[in-house]
Amino acid sequence: MLKLELRSQASDFWRIASPLLALLITVTLGIGLFILLGKDPLRGLQMFFWEPVKSAYALGELMVKATPLLVIALGLAVCYRSNVWNIGAEGQFVMGAVVAGGVALLADQETSRWIVVAIVLAGMLGGMFWAGITAWLKDQFHANEILVSLMLVYVADMVLGYLVYGPWKDPAGYNFPQTKTFEAVTQIPRLMSGSRVSVGLILALLGVAAVWIFLFRTRAGFAQQVGGLAPAASRYAGFSSRKALWVALLVSGGAAGVAGALEVAGPLGQLTPYVPSGYGFAAIIVAYVGRLHPVGMLFSAVLMSMFYIGGELAQSRMGLPKSITGVFQGLLLFSLLACDTLVAYRLHWQSRRV
Amino acid sequence: MESYALLIAATLNAGTVLAIAALGLLINEKAGIVNLGAEGMMLCAAIAGFATVVHTGSDVLGFMAGMAAGAVLAAIFGVLVVYLSTNQYATGLALSLFGVGFSAFVGIGYVQEKLPQRPSFEVPFLADIPLLGAAFFKHHPLVYGVIAFVLGLMWFLYKSRTGLVLRSVGESPESAHALGYSVRRIRFCAVIAGGALCGLSGAYISVAYTPLWVEGMVSGKGWIALALTTFATWRPARILLGAYLFGGVTMLQFHLQGLGVQVPSQWLSALPYVATIVVLALISRNPAWIRINMPASLGKPFQPGT
Amino acid sequence: MTVLNKRSVLKIAAISLVAAAALVACGKKEEAKPAAVAKAEPLKVAFAYVGPVGDGGWTFAHDNARKALEKEYGDKIVTSFVEKVPESADAERVFRDLASQGNKVIFGTTFGYMDPMLKVAADNKEIKFEHATGYKTADNLRTYDSRTYEGAYMAGVIAGKMTKTNTLGVVASIPIPEVIRNINTFTMGAQSVNPKVKTKVVWINEWFNPPKETEAATALINGGADVLMQNTDSSAVLQTAEKMGKRAFGWDSDMTAYGPKAHLGSAVINWAPYYIKAVGEALGGNWTTGQSWWGVKEGAIDMVSVAADVPEDTKKRIEEIKTGLKDGSFSIWKGPIVGQDGKEVLAKDVVADDKFLGGIKFYVKGVEGKVPN
Repeated sequence: MLKLELRSQASDFWRIASPLLALLITVTLGIGLFILLGKDPLRGLQMFFWEPVKSAYALGELMVKATPLLVIALGLAVCYRSNVWNIGAEGQFVMGAVVAGGVALLADQETSRWIVVAIVLAGMLGGMFWAGITAWLKDQFHANEILVSLMLVYVADMVLGYLVYGPWKDPAGYNFPQTKTFEAVTQIPRLMSGSRVSVGLILALLGVAAVWIFLFRTRAGFAQQVGGLAPAASRYAGFSSRKALWVALLVSGGAAGVAGALEVAGPLGQLTPYVPSGYGFAAIIVAYVGRLHPVGMLFSAVLMSMFYIGGELAQSRMGLPKSITGVFQGLLLFSLLACDTLVAYRLHWQSRRV
Repeated sequence: MESYALLIAATLNAGTVLAIAALGLLINEKAGIVNLGAEGMMLCAAIAGFATVVHTGSDVLGFMAGMAAGAVLAAIFGVLVVYLSTNQYATGLALSLFGVGFSAFVGIGYVQEKLPQRPSFEVPFLADIPLLGAAFFKHHPLVYGVIAFVLGLMWFLYKSRTGLVLRSVGESPESAHALGYSVRRIRFCAVIAGGALCGLSGAYISVAYTPLWVEGMVSGKGWIALALTTFATWRPARILLGAYLFGGVTMLQFHLQGLGVQVPSQWLSALPYVATIVVLALISRNPAWIRINMPASLGKPFQPGT
Repeated sequence: MTVLNKRSVLKIAAISLVAAAALVACGKKEEAKPAAVAKAEPLKVAFAYVGPVGDGGWTFAHDNARKALEKEYGDKIVTSFVEKVPESADAERVFRDLASQGNKVIFGTTFGYMDPMLKVAADNKEIKFEHATGYKTADNLRTYDSRTYEGAYMAGVIAGKMTKTNTLGVVASIPIPEVIRNINTFTMGAQSVNPKVKTKVVWINEWFNPPKETEAATALINGGADVLMQNTDSSAVLQTAEKMGKRAFGWDSDMTAYGPKAHLGSAVINWAPYYIKAVGEALGGNWTTGQSWWGVKEGAIDMVSVAADVPEDTKKRIEEIKTGLKDGSFSIWKGPIVGQDGKEVLAKDVVADDKFLGGIKFYVKGVEGKVPN
């Protein structure tokens, strides 16, 4: 029978090959799915892997989709590497959007362009505040951060709903639940005309560098990860696991909040009940598939965006159902988790012992 | 008064959905495994159950199909988590996300379907008692079944040998292994049993509670069931009470609206979630209390020979 | 285990990438262009739906109309649709893609597509955009809507006659003027045959959420309502009424099959007449912008499948209302109409105009509770 044997040393080969193998498995299963549905599998693959990158416009849209995913995933990576399981990035995203939207509403046509900075900062603070609730409850009450952060996602949706149906509703909007469209000055600047890509992309790329430096080149980053993974050892070394908890949650909350601000002052341009778009949950997959490594997550964010956009195109051009995106994303994560075993363990046949 | 009797009835019904799933998750957790994929399992079971009733007309077969769907997904999870030692939280999340997408995908053709006439249930004689009859004696058999199941589970866990073995696997897998028990096999069985129960709950939703199919119809009940196990400190009877509490809070928001209470509906909708957080915080406050009740190896992988 | 160094890893990665690219490039062959035919190219018409076509309600009604379009124009047009397009930043991308695919008429079937459609319309001046339930227009974008309140009124007339508890219930979606107007009109219809009725309302803050609709309907029934109406998009309310032995109406589409015993009638929207006119104008080159609001008169609204046990005189009254709406002799919103506070909102014999109707934020007398915000 097949047995798993712990390797003496984690395999470098599989560390890189595992995500590729997982992608291969997902693509193979995907082809099978297309065939089952009676669709041309090659055309299906084209929708997912070629169409989203084939033109400047398409690449731009890909970046628009990938930016929030990457930003949130960067924060989650810091969190998960510290063994803090923040599942509520979606809620922190929404609260970031809410606070950023609140600042944007204060603007009128005369306001200086610098309000954009204020908006992004406000988003960061909003997300940090929301994650801080989870941190506080874990710190003071030992409440499980998975459940608390998740429940807070639903509460965040309700807060948004309350505001757009109530105090922040556009008085000229026929009583529809939405704020007024933000003034043009609040728009996150675009990188180039003809595309919706914003400077958020630059922020994300800077974030990749910053997180890489923090995690791998600073003592604080080192302490952060040890503090989470081995509290006793870290206490010995003088690192604080309590500090690690707060830093982890505040960083991931802040990142999610910034992503929320970028969305709301970017492509959306107002607050509506539809701000929660599942990015907070998708970013979890992005973080994982990218192996919690900043550069890896850059690639996985692009990959996930290709799945999203490909799924949309497959729907409008091939009549495939929309839920196929979710199936692929779930399959990718499953396969990755399975393939990852090969990093730490080796498979081999063992004849039955007497 | 009549409307309060009916509110109680609605509470019991809503609570049953949560209780069945939470009890399944409890069995998992008693063996030391956290399965965050509850939502995904419940959704796949919901479509499996619904589709089965559409094609066969039999509710019983529908429930069985739901349990099978839950068990199959749990088995995939179990292989990854128990045998390949993957991270339980990430794997559970993957199951959740996959289950949501897969159920939507499979369920496409069923969105417009409807089930044959839903039977109504009444306990003879008792259902005619004014008020009490409406509140307690006109429910689907599963509502009574879950109460009986809780009693049975309590006996199983605390009075039977197998239950003791299960709990010891959860408390100290190394000791259980040293004693010669196959820890991984026991954990795997617990995962499957838990999945079957989550499946039953999912099928109940689509076959009895809201007899139709629409994607995402479980709307977070799987996550609430997960929270329930923690805040009931892993005890079956408390899970049942907690489930009724939640069911009540969920129904209360609409009841209050109907009464004309002037609270913004969003606050009312947020009530169940805020309540979960508050109770979680209060329960977790005392780490000793948690330590006494929480299975010690919860969330940690186990491989013989490590 | 063979030791694989970095170089071989990179080799393997490179090979797989090349293989993948080759695979994809093979599939990239364009569909063979159809040989030039003497016939004109069919007009491409696209639809964006907010929900699934199988919702049995709102989106289902739009899709039925799309099919009617195909029957009407045969091979002069080619239709396609994208369902479950969220009312968010994604919508713009979908509309742009539809525009880039050669569609010449694009329908967006929910309010939330308004701004995305305007942006895409500005960049695609030769394409005609049709936006349902919106209020902003452009030279190549016009809005259309249906007078659902007419269906609500007829439902109210039936409800007023059939209720035994004199308490009606409405499962309401989002507190926009259209929905508030429908609640009011439903109540007014009931009061016209039974002045004693009261209406209770429960808001679920969503268009489509069957479990929540079920819970809301249960709460209304528990609170004493024995006839329900809805402004939500699924058949859950009707099914709940069926389960609990009360009566209810179908909404947007004919829902008789979902609750045969409970069903009193369905207030349906028929988008086909408008779609046929709109596409006809695009085909004929006389498409102009504007705002359309069609009702019973134009064949867009109807009350169908009225239950057998509804009294004959009520059925006759429904027919009279339909005739009156068609020939203009009957107006639903004609004064005196009194608000909840007892003050008159419409004086005697004054007929409300569309502007008044579009801005309704109050409840009429007989509706319980307060309008949310």
